[in-house]
Amino acid sequence: MSLAKFEYYTPNSVENACKLLTEQGDGAYIMAGGTDLLVKIHKGAMKAKAIIDLQKVKGIDGISYEKGKGLTIGAMARLTDVGNHPDIKTKYPAVSKAALATANTQIRNMGTVAGNLCNAAPSADNAPVLMVMGAVVTLKSIKGERLVPLVEFFQGPGMTVIKKGEILTSIFVPEPPNGSGVSYQYLSARGKVDIAAVCVGAMVIMDGGICKDAKIVLGAVAPVPMRAKDAEKVVMGKRLSTELLEKLGLEASRESRPITDMRASAEYRRILVAVLSARAIEEAAKNASKK
Amino acid sequence: MKQVITLKVNGDSYSLAVEPSRSLNEVLREDLNLTGTKLGCGDGDCGACTVLVNGRSVSSCLTLAVSVDGKDITTVEGLASGEDLHPIQEAFIEHGAIQCGFCSAGMEMSALNLLNQNPEPTDEEIRQAISGNLCRCTGYYKIVDAIGAAAKKMNTKKTKKN
Repeated sequence: MSLAKFEYYTPNSVENACKLLTEQGDGAYIMAGGTDLLVKIHKGAMKAKAIIDLQKVKGIDGISYEKGKGLTIGAMARLTDVGNHPDIKTKYPAVSKAALATANTQIRNMGTVAGNLCNAAPSADNAPVLMVMGAVVTLKSIKGERLVPLVEFFQGPGMTVIKKGEILTSIFVPEPPNGSGVSYQYLSARGKVDIAAVCVGAMVIMDGGICKDAKIVLGAVAPVPMRAKDAEKVVMGKRLSTELLEKLGLEASRESRPITDMRASAEYRRILVAVLSARAIEEAAKNASKK
Repeated sequence: MKQVITLKVNGDSYSLAVEPSRSLNEVLREDLNLTGTKLGCGDGDCGACTVLVNGRSVSSCLTLAVSVDGKDITTVEGLASGEDLHPIQEAFIEHGAIQCGFCSAGMEMSALNLLNQNPEPTDEEIRQAISGNLCRCTGYYKIVDAIGAAAKKMNTKKTKKN
């Protein structure tokens, strides 16, 4: 792989990284694992003048869980480490499942959850679960920092609310509420390695067999990972049944806006949405009762 | 502008001046003549370029050489010690796990990444571990067999040492 020339920087603090990013201006890109960025540069979809590699920035590669508060995933935490982290596996199993469902071993050893979000593919494996769990991302720049709920983060394929000069430094996932359960379901044409044709994240809060709250996010069936709000309403306040889940699936399918591409046809995606969203709610409810 | 870096490959240190835009794969193959590591898709899909960086498998085609300055790199050339093949290499030969050979270096490095973390993998775990490595001859069964056999060889060796 031969790439057009660019300058390369490894700042050692968030402050210096923000400064560099602002100074370099257009054509300067932040790199975490590089597994999406370098492919885009290679394919000519992006022209880089400078790459700012975050690997030496202190304090952003950690994963920490504080009981009663939540989980913080640093921007440089690799997918492998997120997927295998003991606290994430026990407290946030769906976050772990989504991280380990991303690409292949080599890419997971390099790539990050933050990078998967910033790349903003509609099919991003890590987006749906983090969105239903109410994740919030921290964006920093020389002007300061702001917090953005992940449900407001995506703007279109490859587009996010990140402004020029801003860097996503961490992802916070609140402590799962009492009675809650989460699930991640996905399907791709060629097994695990391929990008998901459809992926679904769901969270429910159960109270004595009644679904008090439900959140569903569909991936790869719209320009951004999307909430299926009408489908959520189908089950809210109700006792889950096979019939109700079928109705929920149909509603989610109706809400979705899939396109036909090399991975699946729009028609097939609509069927997958129905099946996977019902399955996700069912599993989420099962996980809720386990606690 | 070129940057001066030190690559520690298979225990040897090399001081090089490289353009930041060059991949680790290019530098290994073209500057260090370590052509055992292959270049396939160039996009991180095929696994032919797999090497270990600080003990973990990565796609060398998607790794900038400047980004691994000072880190420990292991390529397929680092598996054997002198004339003695690594148990993974022996098992690949014994089980006929090599056809055209283009994927072999990457397969062996992915096998090493797996066996370093999981010395007794199941067939399913082996399949998952090489799911980022494509064999264009489609000889997967023999590769899975070979990795299972390599695990046994490595475990026997360890027991003998103890």
